Amino acid sequence: MTGIPKPKVNPLAEKKMVMRAVGDSFRKLHPRTMVKNPVMFVVEVGAVITTIQLLWNALHHDSLIGFGLQITLWLWFTVLFANFAEAMAEGRGKAQADTLRKARAETQAHRLTQEGCIETVPGSKLRSGDVVMVSAGEFVPGDGEVIEGIASVDESAITGESAPVIRECGGDRSAVTGGTRVLSDEIKVQITANPGETFLDRMISLVEGASRQKTPNEIALNILLAGLTIIFLLAVATLQPFAIYSQAPQNIFVLVSLLVCLIPTTIGGLLSAIGIAGMDRLIQRNVIAMSGRAVEASGDVDILLLDKTGTITLGNRAATQFLAAPGVAETDLANAAQLSSLADETPEGRSIVVLAKEKYGLRGRDLSAHGTIFIPFSAQTRMSGVDLDGREIRKGAPEAIARYAAEHGNRVPAEVQKQVEEISNSGGTPLLVAENRQVLGVIALTDVVKGGMRERFDHLRAMGIRTMMITGDNPLTAAAIARHAGVDDFLAQARPEDKMALIRREQASGRLVAMTGDGTNDAPALAQADVGVAMNTGTQAAKEAGNMVDLDSNPTKLIEIVEIGKQLLITRGALTTFSVANDVAKYFAIIPAMFAGAFPQLGVLNVMHLATPQSAILSAVIFNALIIVALIPLALRGVRYRPVGAAALLRRNLLIYGLGGIVAPFLGIKLLDIAIRFLHLA
Amino acid sequence: MSANGWFQILLFLAVIFAITKPLGAYIARVFNREKTFLDPLLRPVEKLIYRSTGVDEKSEMRWTEYAIAMLMFSVVSLVLLYFIERTQQWLLFNPQKLANVGPDIAFNTAVSFTTNTNWQAYTPETTMSYLTQMAGLAYHNFTSAAVGIALAIALIRGITRREMKTIGNFWVDMTRALLWILLPLALVGSLLLVSQGAIQNLKPYVTAQLMDPQRITTTGPDGKAVTQTVTQQTIPQGPLASQEVIKELGTNGGGFFNANSAHPYENPTPFSNFFEMLLIFAIPSALTYTLGRMTGSQRHGWAVWSAMAIIFLGAVTVAYWAEARGNPQFAGVDQAHSTLQPGGNMEGKEVRFGVADSALFATVTTDTSCGAVNSMHDSFTPLGGMIPLTNIMLGEIIFGGVGSGLYGMVVFVIIAVFIAGLMVGRTPEYLGKKIEAYDVKMAMLSILVTSLVVLIFAAIAVIEPFGTASISNPGPHGLSQVLYAYASTVGNNGSAFMGLNANTLWYNTSTAAAMLLGRFFMVIPVLAIAGSLARKKTAPPSVGTFPVTGPLFTVLLISTILIVVALTFFPALSLGPILEHLLMAAGKAF
Repeated sequence: MTGIPKPKVNPLAEKKMVMRAVGDSFRKLHPRTMVKNPVMFVVEVGAVITTIQLLWNALHHDSLIGFGLQITLWLWFTVLFANFAEAMAEGRGKAQADTLRKARAETQAHRLTQEGCIETVPGSKLRSGDVVMVSAGEFVPGDGEVIEGIASVDESAITGESAPVIRECGGDRSAVTGGTRVLSDEIKVQITANPGETFLDRMISLVEGASRQKTPNEIALNILLAGLTIIFLLAVATLQPFAIYSQAPQNIFVLVSLLVCLIPTTIGGLLSAIGIAGMDRLIQRNVIAMSGRAVEASGDVDILLLDKTGTITLGNRAATQFLAAPGVAETDLANAAQLSSLADETPEGRSIVVLAKEKYGLRGRDLSAHGTIFIPFSAQTRMSGVDLDGREIRKGAPEAIARYAAEHGNRVPAEVQKQVEEISNSGGTPLLVAENRQVLGVIALTDVVKGGMRERFDHLRAMGIRTMMITGDNPLTAAAIARHAGVDDFLAQARPEDKMALIRREQASGRLVAMTGDGTNDAPALAQADVGVAMNTGTQAAKEAGNMVDLDSNPTKLIEIVEIGKQLLITRGALTTFSVANDVAKYFAIIPAMFAGAFPQLGVLNVMHLATPQSAILSAVIFNALIIVALIPLALRGVRYRPVGAAALLRRNLLIYGLGGIVAPFLGIKLLDIAIRFLHLA
Repeated sequence: MSANGWFQILLFLAVIFAITKPLGAYIARVFNREKTFLDPLLRPVEKLIYRSTGVDEKSEMRWTEYAIAMLMFSVVSLVLLYFIERTQQWLLFNPQKLANVGPDIAFNTAVSFTTNTNWQAYTPETTMSYLTQMAGLAYHNFTSAAVGIALAIALIRGITRREMKTIGNFWVDMTRALLWILLPLALVGSLLLVSQGAIQNLKPYVTAQLMDPQRITTTGPDGKAVTQTVTQQTIPQGPLASQEVIKELGTNGGGFFNANSAHPYENPTPFSNFFEMLLIFAIPSALTYTLGRMTGSQRHGWAVWSAMAIIFLGAVTVAYWAEARGNPQFAGVDQAHSTLQPGGNMEGKEVRFGVADSALFATVTTDTSCGAVNSMHDSFTPLGGMIPLTNIMLGEIIFGGVGSGLYGMVVFVIIAVFIAGLMVGRTPEYLGKKIEAYDVKMAMLSILVTSLVVLIFAAIAVIEPFGTASISNPGPHGLSQVLYAYASTVGNNGSAFMGLNANTLWYNTSTAAAMLLGRFFMVIPVLAIAGSLARKKTAPPSVGTFPVTGPLFTVLLISTILIVVALTFFPALSLGPILEHLLMAAGKAF
């Protein structure tokens, strides 16, 4: 798989990235940054409070210096670890942004003036509407539309794909991107984006996370976490009066420790890293999402609209069979079919030649010497063919050939008629071949479904996502291909407005719709769909209407996008569940430790048999800090998504992150307690 | 524990299970305005009510209008009760010539009955005239329950509606809840209770000669012991049966007499005891079926019911076990269950009910927001007493108050769906409704209220002299008393742990505040959720949708409730009942 030019993964670069992240974790300690994350902000405030208490104790030669120092340090570590997770997630994007910036390096543009002269200006001076000339070897100075000429362009700076692509005026391949390089020929480009608004600029700010906004689910999750934080703040704040009433007042280190252990620091610390990493995973797959909202929405998609051609089937129909009429040898039919197609440059025509060669060993012949006359296809006759050596060979639509044969009183044999119907019914396109107005047989053209599609659709079905094939074919043909490819449904004879109506209908019934598109006539539907993925090869209009751009221009990518969206949500859910479930064990560590002094009977709650009250509290705090670090890889990589139903997925994840979340800290805290006792730390 | 005790507990749950479907389906019909067998009788009455009050039964309300109507209704009802209490001396049906109720207690009571709490800081038989009981308190018993049902139905409508702004008409929902559900059931139930010996009259109190005169020794004003011989007993009378049924059916809990359902007139026989417990659970349990029926996911209704039933069974097991074990400090005393005695810890319990029925009643009355008692929770063993306390802290959602139990539970469902829902890789959905920031915010708000009020008021009460002065038992038991008082009032339960002198300025004010906060600050976010859900599209279910049915969901829901609540209250509980239990085992009592 190709990708955006990635920073080389060598130990040195990796080390540099980690170093940068470490620096960033300290920079992020600024309260103005921290306050955006209420859970970790509470931890930071707690750390500040214990620090002050520690200084006071030190000045007054009070007790608890050793214990207080350790607690305070671990509280600061907790905050730093969370910051580090975020910085690491951002790090990869920043490195990519640096690479992209190099591509944006200052270019010189040859601008056409009103008078038609060429002036050289810096690329940054170009405005939307300017027209520039770009010749071989030069960089395209800005995003634009080719208005004259054709050129091969190296777009590897954007797509990572080194093979050059063709850009020409008119049609769906007219868009060029700033920072790409023209390899041959010269094109006239009308600039469509002002500096700072170009695709490259947007991409840089996206991968850097500068324009990152919290997504709806993230906001909702933040509210939940803030709510839990308030509840635990309250539980701890009111515990002191209860403790005073019970004549067992607590010191500030213990209270802050309890608070920090209870509030959901694990998910609070990793939440933004998960979001950034999710976006990053998309970028790794060469998909640029215009907003995090779109990534999240892709996890919610209920129905995928897939264009038949290019997505489900290979680009064009191909000849797969020659069926001879009664009394005609199959090789004669193949021979005639090949002759009629030698001059036919359409993909269908070429596939006939290929089939004749592969199946019957008929090689291409040079026909120019025989005074041959090629009859091109015309909309009136709906036939094409060749006249040579007195042979008049024609191939074409069944009705057209039937009419052509009927002019000489010949009829289409009943067997052939039957085969024509069978091919049509099974989704293929039948072509009749006639020589001297005598029907020789049928060529079957069929769609070739891409390999592995059926399995992918089965996966999607298991996820609860319906697939719908969009095609211009007639319903009969569409149904056959749909059945063959394994999609759930199809829309036949689809016009752009039908697509639009379909999307609206599905949305009205509460479903989320995703689609891909590249043409200008796809733009309204791309804009209407909840997830619209535009192909990078597509028109500017399509790219602007969609909320994602696939740089590889691979329509099947939609399936991966959906998986990434789901993975993002699953990772958040899993770590939230884990974080909340963790609290059970922490209570059993800290509550007995707090009150075992005053009420030894409460020692029965010390189910982990932790050595001393101080080591119990310290173990809980250290576990709470280390679990953030331990989970950074999972947060960045994402929880694996399995294409199974929601019930199975929920059962599995609840078992791992729910039950696991309850059990893991019991083990972790116990081990830390043993280590602390071994090291005589408390 | 005895086989008979377990048989009664399981029989009780079985009967509740059996009535859930028919009653729930009936409630759904009532609010879907489908035909019911009572229509010929009640429809004319309903129409007459709307015509005379100017209610347009076809018009619908947005959630804000619904909330305002509910609040206005509550305020007017509150003021009405206050005035009846304050003027009862000059009004009818006061054979005992009881004086007007004092302002502070009148206000506390008005708040208490309006909020479906029925916290009673007074002794009814010496304070309230028959008119106050009938027109004031019984009226609230019906209407506050009807309000609860209306709110639950409004929330269910919010779940079922698609892209609509309205959630129903408060006045219509109230009226139908009263006419079709509460009044018919109360009528039939009252007759049944009368058959068991509950009284229903307007007679003056009766004086009876004691067959066995009692000698009572008290300390006189001069410090010397004074011995009196009591030969007469005053037996209060009144229109009791009609109020008794709605006390349970509406999960109100305010007793006609001070002894509540421990009084032989209120709860004469073991059968009446069983029947009263059924009345408490009947509507809350049925509403889970109504939820399933109206949302078209009957299996979701049963999943919610199962979660409630499992927590209920767990709680009653602990309570029964703790009470049946008896008091370890009575070593050598026969506390065993036998044909001659119920055994176990019988302090504060009626002999005609015994340990099993008392533990069951205590669990039932605190699972719901009822608060009627047939035994004194203060006298339970520490763990036995922790069950009622914890039940209330859960938010009274284990079946819960009429209506309030269901909407409280749905709030937890939303939290559970949101936390775990992300794990299936979609924006969390509840029955096709996406749970978004606004819904989470409202759900958290409504959960926050309970913990906020209980913890803050209790924390103040245990360190300030005006709070600690009322505590009758020192140590952890005193903490339990204070926690119970605020949990009970904020949860609109109204049962008292006893032992705490709550009739002081601080406690009267703070409990009144707790009752109002607990009722209305919970209800308004719930209505906001209803409005928000109604406005949303409904996504059709697919295999990718979060399943809110089946055992997995039930387990998830139970864990969410227990973890969220336990995490909030565990520190306080560990210094209260848990510590007391451990100290009791070590030979220390309070």
